[in-house]
Amino acid sequence: MRIALFITCFNDTMYPNTGKAVTTLLERLGHTVHFPQAQTCCGQMHFNTGYRREALPLVRRFAEAFAAYDAVVTPSGSCAGMVREHHGTLARQSGDADLMAAIGNLAPKVYELSELLVDVLGVTDVGAYFPHRVTYHPTCHSLRMLRVGDRPLQLLRAVKGIDLVELPEADSCCGFGGTFALKNPDVSSAMLADKVANVTQTRAEVLCAGDNSCLMHIGGGLGRLRTGVGTLHLAEILAGTEGDPR
Amino acid sequence: MSGTHTSGGVVWLGSPAFPEAARSAVADTRLRTNLRKATGTIRDKRVAAAAELDDWEELRTAAAAIKRATLRHLDHHLLRLEESVTAVGGTVHWAADAAEANRIVTRLVRATGETEVVKVKSMATQEIGLNEALAAAGITAYETDLAELIVQLDDDRPSHILVPAIHRGRAEIREIFRERMGEWGKPAPEGLTDDPRQLAEAARSHLREKFLNTKVAVSGANFAAADTGTVAVVESEGNGRMCLTLPETLITVMGIEKVLPSFADLEVFLQLLPRSSTGERMNPYTSMWTGTVPGDGPRAFHLVLLDNGRTATLRDTVGRQTLGCIRCSACLNVCPVYERTGGHAYGSPYPGPIGAVLTPQLAGVERAASLPFASTLCGACYDACPVKIDIPEVLVHLRARAVDAARGGSLPTPESLAMKAAALTLATPRRLSFAQRAGALGSRLLARRGVLRRLPGPLHRWSDTRDTPAPPRETFRAWWRRTRPENQ
Repeated sequence: MRIALFITCFNDTMYPNTGKAVTTLLERLGHTVHFPQAQTCCGQMHFNTGYRREALPLVRRFAEAFAAYDAVVTPSGSCAGMVREHHGTLARQSGDADLMAAIGNLAPKVYELSELLVDVLGVTDVGAYFPHRVTYHPTCHSLRMLRVGDRPLQLLRAVKGIDLVELPEADSCCGFGGTFALKNPDVSSAMLADKVANVTQTRAEVLCAGDNSCLMHIGGGLGRLRTGVGTLHLAEILAGTEGDPR
Repeated sequence: MSGTHTSGGVVWLGSPAFPEAARSAVADTRLRTNLRKATGTIRDKRVAAAAELDDWEELRTAAAAIKRATLRHLDHHLLRLEESVTAVGGTVHWAADAAEANRIVTRLVRATGETEVVKVKSMATQEIGLNEALAAAGITAYETDLAELIVQLDDDRPSHILVPAIHRGRAEIREIFRERMGEWGKPAPEGLTDDPRQLAEAARSHLREKFLNTKVAVSGANFAAADTGTVAVVESEGNGRMCLTLPETLITVMGIEKVLPSFADLEVFLQLLPRSSTGERMNPYTSMWTGTVPGDGPRAFHLVLLDNGRTATLRDTVGRQTLGCIRCSACLNVCPVYERTGGHAYGSPYPGPIGAVLTPQLAGVERAASLPFASTLCGACYDACPVKIDIPEVLVHLRARAVDAARGGSLPTPESLAMKAAALTLATPRRLSFAQRAGALGSRLLARRGVLRRLPGPLHRWSDTRDTPAPPRETFRAWWRRTRPENQ
């Protein structure tokens, strides 16, 4: 199976360790990871903010960059959701039949990391080791757009040494919402405050999620208040082993 | 008699944009407490009530299908409704907009010679600002729903579709009753406390006088069946039943999207609505009437069919699903934004997620341009909606309409310039790499120990409450090129 990594522009720039962790993890499971150099961005920020005209060339580029692979994995629920749920919308609006066909073929093969591991590769115990107290925030798009359900928790429960604690009001949005955080900073901060309070209540050392954008938001609040709670993407917890701990 | 707001309507005049209105709402401690309590309670009740039905998802699917099919042939069903209502002794009036609806109702009330009406809680009459229009014509409208009464006595505005006084706690309600009830009729009893039972008793006693003496009632409608001409109102307090049965004349104002093809369709909606709105298996009062019956109930029945932007909404193939809304308010109760701002910030009688998509469509996107952006797109509303309105889909659709409408302006906005610059940067990997190097360099100059505490320009809205990590020296892309030259 030819697996391509869609790193996302955000992880590429801000969280390269997440991409390295996905690569390490998949290679440990015996797979070859490809990184198509032509990739840039799925266009989610433009689409969600109303700039569809600007998003369309990014959809085109995505379709070309990943056409040749059997599966595309991305360490982001919201970017996977953008491709699966909205690339088709933009392609249809453009009236370009070739693009519509390309997206129609490609979109179902795009997986968020936990989906690829559990559904496609059929693995929940990835041989990881992480001897820390962890709480997990299910990000909105992974939960309600992709419907990943408890797949990330299945993966975390199988991690050796982990002390996994439940996050109160876990499925409440953290208040990030992309440009929402800039357009509605007061409401966003109010939501963040409640999320931060719920995280600290768990006494976890690390907050884990499948989207670094949400983690940067919650982590930004945890850091500003000097809570000492860290954030880690699911991939980075799953990548650690007893021989190579994180 | 106290003054009433002169700014009824789909969009309240003079309301600030959502982010500005939300700023003061978020800082209002009492409001936040009232909202947290109320939405939290009702949220849990709804989940439990929905979980009791094995076929909940099938009911949602059926409701969505009925609504969408009905909207496709709305003209046909409306004409059929007119025929049925007329055949059973009612009179149907057609109102293209709020002004016409208000003129019709005013004329009908004047024709009775009365100067007072009792009202059943109704979103349609809030939407058209009927109370204000009647007041201007010398007619006093008395709200009889407990929460609407609280809002009316306080010269306030509703902040929730189902619980218009959700922003008030019981101590505030006691003060409102003590200070204002006497101006509108029977005053609050001496020694009134904030015990909910005492408050309800005070309202009951105050309202009873209105029910017994008022000859004209105005209501909205939850549903109307085209085949029988039956109109239905669903409520909890019995005030609706009083208004719908005691007066001599009943005037019902109904949005044209409320029509259902058949009486049998109520089977689906009467299961979904109470469980979604109050979390009850069945609401205490479901009133249905089919025209007029000699010797029983109102002698005259008028049905005002209101368009007021609905036909325009129907033209939009993505936005039209909004018209399936049955006003249950489940989306408000699960919305993390609504929970923190309350309803007034939305500047319309339709607040919350459904308001963020309905108001811009009824009033025009340009008159409510900030509302489609008043959401994180978390999707909780879509999951809760009993008629499966994909609110996030409509939100991003309306955002695109708002952005496209602004594209024609003489000066580009800073946001549109930033979005264009981002699109150019992301157009090729080479440009992206260049921007990443420049950005990382700049950020590291501003960072201390790898953390940015203050960001420049409008980004302060982010950094006011959040730290930001400085981007690492090496991007993933650069790492891959450096470490895997064989796999390019």
